[in-house]
Amino acid sequence: MSISRKMIKTLLAAACLMAVCALFTGCGKKKIIGELTVINYGEYLDPDMLDLFTEETGIKINYEEALTPEEMYTKYSSGAIKYDLVCTSDYMMQKMIKDGEFLQIPWDQMEYKDNIGKKYYEYAAMFDEGNKYCLPYFWGTLGILYNTKKVSKPVDSWDVLFNGEYSGEIIMQNSMRDTFMVALKYLGYSINTTNPDEIRAAYDLLLKQKSQVQAYLVDEARDEVVAGNAVMAVIYSGEAYLGHEYNNDLAYVIPKEGSNVWFDCWAITKNCENTEFAAKFLDFLCREDVAAANFEYIYYSTPNTKVIEGLDEEDRENESLVPSEDATKNCEVCLQAPDDITALMNDLWKKLKSE
Amino acid sequence: MNEDKVRNGNRRSLLSGPYALWIAGFTILPLIVIMKYALTDKTGAFTTANLTAIFTDPINRKALWLSLKIAVGTTLICILLSYPMVLAMKHLGLGKKGFSLFIIILPMWMNFILRVLAWQMILSNNGLLNLLLTTLGFEPVRIANTETAIMIGSVYDYLPYMMLPIFTAIMEINEDLIEAAKDLGAGGFTVFRKVIFPLSIPGLLSGFVMVFVPSMTSFVIADILGGGKLQLIGNIIEQEFTTANNWPAGSGLSVMLMLLVLISTAFTMRRKTEGRESALW
Amino acid sequence: MKRLKDFASGIYIGLIGLFLYAPILVLIILSFNKSRSRVKWGGFTFDWYVKLFANKQIKEALITTVILALASAAIAVLIGVPGALGIHAMSKRRYKVMMAFTNIPMLNADIVTGIALMLWFVHFIPLGFGSVLLAHITFNIPYVILSVMPRIQQMNISVYEATRDLGAGPVYGFFKVLLPEMMPGIISGFFMAFTMSMDDFVITYFTKGAGVNTLSTMIYGQIRKGIKPEMYALSTLIFLAVSAILLISNGISAARKAPKQNDEERI
Repeated sequence: MSISRKMIKTLLAAACLMAVCALFTGCGKKKIIGELTVINYGEYLDPDMLDLFTEETGIKINYEEALTPEEMYTKYSSGAIKYDLVCTSDYMMQKMIKDGEFLQIPWDQMEYKDNIGKKYYEYAAMFDEGNKYCLPYFWGTLGILYNTKKVSKPVDSWDVLFNGEYSGEIIMQNSMRDTFMVALKYLGYSINTTNPDEIRAAYDLLLKQKSQVQAYLVDEARDEVVAGNAVMAVIYSGEAYLGHEYNNDLAYVIPKEGSNVWFDCWAITKNCENTEFAAKFLDFLCREDVAAANFEYIYYSTPNTKVIEGLDEEDRENESLVPSEDATKNCEVCLQAPDDITALMNDLWKKLKSE
Repeated sequence: MNEDKVRNGNRRSLLSGPYALWIAGFTILPLIVIMKYALTDKTGAFTTANLTAIFTDPINRKALWLSLKIAVGTTLICILLSYPMVLAMKHLGLGKKGFSLFIIILPMWMNFILRVLAWQMILSNNGLLNLLLTTLGFEPVRIANTETAIMIGSVYDYLPYMMLPIFTAIMEINEDLIEAAKDLGAGGFTVFRKVIFPLSIPGLLSGFVMVFVPSMTSFVIADILGGGKLQLIGNIIEQEFTTANNWPAGSGLSVMLMLLVLISTAFTMRRKTEGRESALW
Repeated sequence: MKRLKDFASGIYIGLIGLFLYAPILVLIILSFNKSRSRVKWGGFTFDWYVKLFANKQIKEALITTVILALASAAIAVLIGVPGALGIHAMSKRRYKVMMAFTNIPMLNADIVTGIALMLWFVHFIPLGFGSVLLAHITFNIPYVILSVMPRIQQMNISVYEATRDLGAGPVYGFFKVLLPEMMPGIISGFFMAFTMSMDDFVITYFTKGAGVNTLSTMIYGQIRKGIKPEMYALSTLIFLAVSAILLISNGISAARKAPKQNDEERI
């Protein structure tokens, strides 16, 4: 029994020590003048930047993460947590703008907004008419990351995913829009089709493919290809860059049928009580040093022209870091589908996953 | 004197007041709330469709069936692995030493999700298991992202919960009893069948509950080891809340899952309260 | 024959041991991997252990996890021990009802407990550290009650009554007589609760608010992009610390050859 007491004492002492540490790290900080609750994709911002922001402005950030646009939307709309700022992708932005969930960004309060290239604001206008609500954050394409040593000929078409040659060696995206996109493009349809028959055709193709798919993953697909557990994966361009860093045999291709070019943006929600603070945060993200730190943390393509100019030549020409005009000319931006089409796709996706 | 005692007892039972309040506030009320969600549709009208969906919707039915398969398989394998382990420990006289328990408990102090991730690395196509097999000259196996992988992960994670109570129960058996049985001419297996096993049943039942319930309802293991191809009922419920934004549907499935679990473990509960002592811990 | 049996027993224990410890070995090795990617060996390094102490996010999550576990276990003891004493004094019928309710959070699936609490919390408190703490206390109390109850049943209440008859107050009697008797049960209950809280993922995942992270929820969030190597380092340290504590306490108890089976062995 005395031993147990000792154990408790040891543990309590350790806990006290930790509490003291916590107190000390808490000291010497700037006074907190406000809070912002923020939701972003997982690992999509250098956490040190959050501390830097709090240090500079005295605004505390309550940071929350979501894996997919759908998960973000669910967390947002459940109302359990009131978010001031959200970061999500094009089609979800469009839906939330249409539903009146956002406040206009006070652009006049943003000193660094022009660090974001004009081209990217033009892209964003495709889902945010007049550039009222969305601040572009990162962008990229969707393509195939494959091991050049394990394929018989160079990959340039979505066909490799469906022709059965690499059965059991394929990883698809565990995300509804992305996986349907692949099938729709392969069949020659638009990724924003509103024709139910085309979506059903895509479903039939994906269902037939399922037995050949090793797994449906998100970003962890990168590690699987790096490790050689699979030969190829449908993946975002940013992950492809890191994959190549770890394994030189890997290559990334945007198939000739075309693909999806995506934009992740920030927006201020209607729950936000202090748009001045929110604007400060968005402006902070546009600042060159912050954008560069985030870029180096994530390695996705940044729309921040100042950061791109600062890259060395080799990186600037890397297709998976800075996609060229040429590579994206066949690509479409994913837009929000009408409700009945979304419902149909949801339904088929659930079915596909359960088969 | 006797009256005094009764009054004393009654007064003493007031000590459980805070706990009773806690039960009301954080056990009963949440269950009422989840029931309320389960019995309403998205517009707020009364419906029982959320409850029956677990059997009527083929997607749910499939997930439920897979969950049952995994749970039953995991529990059986855990039982089959635990008895020889405990008996071997007893045989080598490790039972009375804390060290042997220590071996069983210690892995639980590594974070649960990390342990599952480690299995993902071991079982993947190009993983450590296949490295070992090919080095030894065997054919590599392809079990990543299959039911087998989920089962291995479940067995690994919940095995200590089966071993511990069986260990405690068997070590508490009076050695004289076993000696007596042997003196009366019982062989090793007969001793096990007639003495050790019956006396270990309370431990076995505790273990059953501690393994069956989590392996039936987990979503993390299938999430990591199933490669997004296999869905347990836990995954479906999780998605109703995190991505599909359908709280009533998720609540309905949760309530049905709770009922299924309570029914399948009810008999162990009766045993336990009768004995008035939990065999575990 | 006996030798053969010894041999077989040893082999079997070894195999199960391998099964139990192989993943842990993998994680420990990863904490020394120079490469950031878990699938690539980049050489041996101690860097992650150094970086760990500079990583503010992990430190915060660790502090949250430990404080949560200590606070929820302590409050569970404060509510659970009087609760068990009270339940013990109840009539048989009420005793059974109370014990049935005590068993609900233990028998119920984590996912159901977590969701039910979340649905209930959103009606009256903001999700945050407080909601997670309430949830952890809720699933911890039963562990305390179930480990204290057998002690109370074995306890000789008449000793307590004798002290009362001799003029001792109820508080004095409680601390001098009842508490020492219950102590082993309380300690094992506290540690059970502490362990359960440390290890919980599912209930925390559903009841936590923005900006609150325990180690488990933090690790879950990192699965997609790859676990931070610092995390392996931290887990290794925790694992080694716990092993050391358990080994030392076991060593001491073995040296003392306690006449009855030690209670912390049953944790």
